[in-house]
Amino acid sequence: MITIWELVYRLTVDVLGIWKPYVFPSPIEVFKTFKHLLSNNILIVAIIASMQRIIIGYLISLILGIVLGLVIVRYKYIDENVSALILGIQTLPSICWLPFAVLWFGLNDSAILFVTTIGSTFAITIAIQSGIKNVNPLYIRAAKTMGANGLNIYWNVIMPASLPTIVSGMKQGWSFAWRALMAGEMLFATVGLGQVLIVGRDVADISQVVAVMIVIILLGLLVDKLIFGKIEANIRYRWGLNSN
Amino acid sequence: MGLIIENISKKFISKHNQMHALEEVNLNINDGEFICIVGPSGCGKSTLLNVVAGLEKSCEGRVCLNGNVINGAGPDRAVMFQESALFPWIKVIDNVEFGMKMAGVPREERRNRALKYLKMVHLTKFQNSYIHELSGGMKQRVALARALTLDSKVLLMDEPFAALDSQTKTILQIELQQIWWETKKTIIFITHNVEEAVLLADRVIVMSANPGKIKKEFNIQLARPRKFESVDLTYLVADIMKELISEVEKVAKFEYDSDWNMEADTILSDIDNNLGAGL
Repeated sequence: MITIWELVYRLTVDVLGIWKPYVFPSPIEVFKTFKHLLSNNILIVAIIASMQRIIIGYLISLILGIVLGLVIVRYKYIDENVSALILGIQTLPSICWLPFAVLWFGLNDSAILFVTTIGSTFAITIAIQSGIKNVNPLYIRAAKTMGANGLNIYWNVIMPASLPTIVSGMKQGWSFAWRALMAGEMLFATVGLGQVLIVGRDVADISQVVAVMIVIILLGLLVDKLIFGKIEANIRYRWGLNSN
Repeated sequence: MGLIIENISKKFISKHNQMHALEEVNLNINDGEFICIVGPSGCGKSTLLNVVAGLEKSCEGRVCLNGNVINGAGPDRAVMFQESALFPWIKVIDNVEFGMKMAGVPREERRNRALKYLKMVHLTKFQNSYIHELSGGMKQRVALARALTLDSKVLLMDEPFAALDSQTKTILQIELQQIWWETKKTIIFITHNVEEAVLLADRVIVMSANPGKIKKEFNIQLARPRKFESVDLTYLVADIMKELISEVEKVAKFEYDSDWNMEADTILSDIDNNLGAGL
């Protein structure tokens, strides 16, 4: 793949001159920039800043999303009135919240955090809601006849039974949050991966842009595989959903 | 004492019609008695069981267990469903322990008791498996073990073997007879299968449909352990079948077109049948 990339670069930029060097990067240049960004700590600082933001934002959205989801499931009145609204908000790309956030918080970290959080909260809420509503009623009946009640049923039956849906909602929420964060950082962060990306554009350094894009992809992949992938594999194994 | 069902009535009201699922059902069940309830589909036998279990409320009447009126589900009446209703997210042993965990039994004791009952249903080998790794028969065995751990005097079984293949079913019926003998529980067992009912029960209750009522009671005074091959058993089955068949026909007539007739359909008649002449 990388060889083909390099060959295409040589052919189109060096030999034929169809594209200017700032339009099409070469893998060697990208790698050099990557090393450069690493050696002067720009990348590490940016990664730490971005990870910090997303972890805080995601945790807040987890708590908010779960609480909101549980409240909606518990109170039919709220469900009837709020569910449609949440579904509507969910379709709004989270970056559209940015102007709103800037007016509320100003051009600072809180605004970015707000956008990150709001991006994933409703995905998690919806997952909680549909997960709990789709629990097989037979499980609840069985638990009742075994003396479980109220909170016990919630904790020991409803939660584990709806976990597959909830985890996929959490995963979706994570990717929404990640996208919202990058968008927010590109607009006005002083530090962060999105900011490094936009600096690359400002100085017309396509290698830097691509290098940061690759880092963003890798980080997303890493979290997906290491955290959510493991949880999902475990659930599939327990429920017998693996094909063999 | 024992389980007393007093005047239970229940109606289901839908848009189009009103259905008497149960009408004035009265039944006294002694401690340690094995009762089978048979009846056509839709006669309210499952509803009756759910009322006794406390999972559904009756419109009128009440159920008393040892003098206490039943109000809601509880571990004093273990229930086994047609589907095993085991939890797929925990292991077999944890499923068996679930009821005891709810009751707050200490971990050590819980494990020992769960193992004892798993042994009773011959599944100790599978204690660390997940539910999807078990066959249908094994699942019902685990469900039985789980119900037994509650140590209730009453065990309610809602067609527990209906979804199993006939070999597995036969084995489980024989084993249930054995387990009942060992544990001396009061069992109410719902079934479609008259042979199963006669094999297991002290008393077979035949219910009629719409309104769901008790039509007739049969005392089964056969020696135990009973076997399917026994002639007496077959005789009693025929006796009960006679009572049941008119009910089944009634329900079928209600559900099918009005020109349906059980008598006609039992013979493959054809007016052009030449009985093989001209072969």
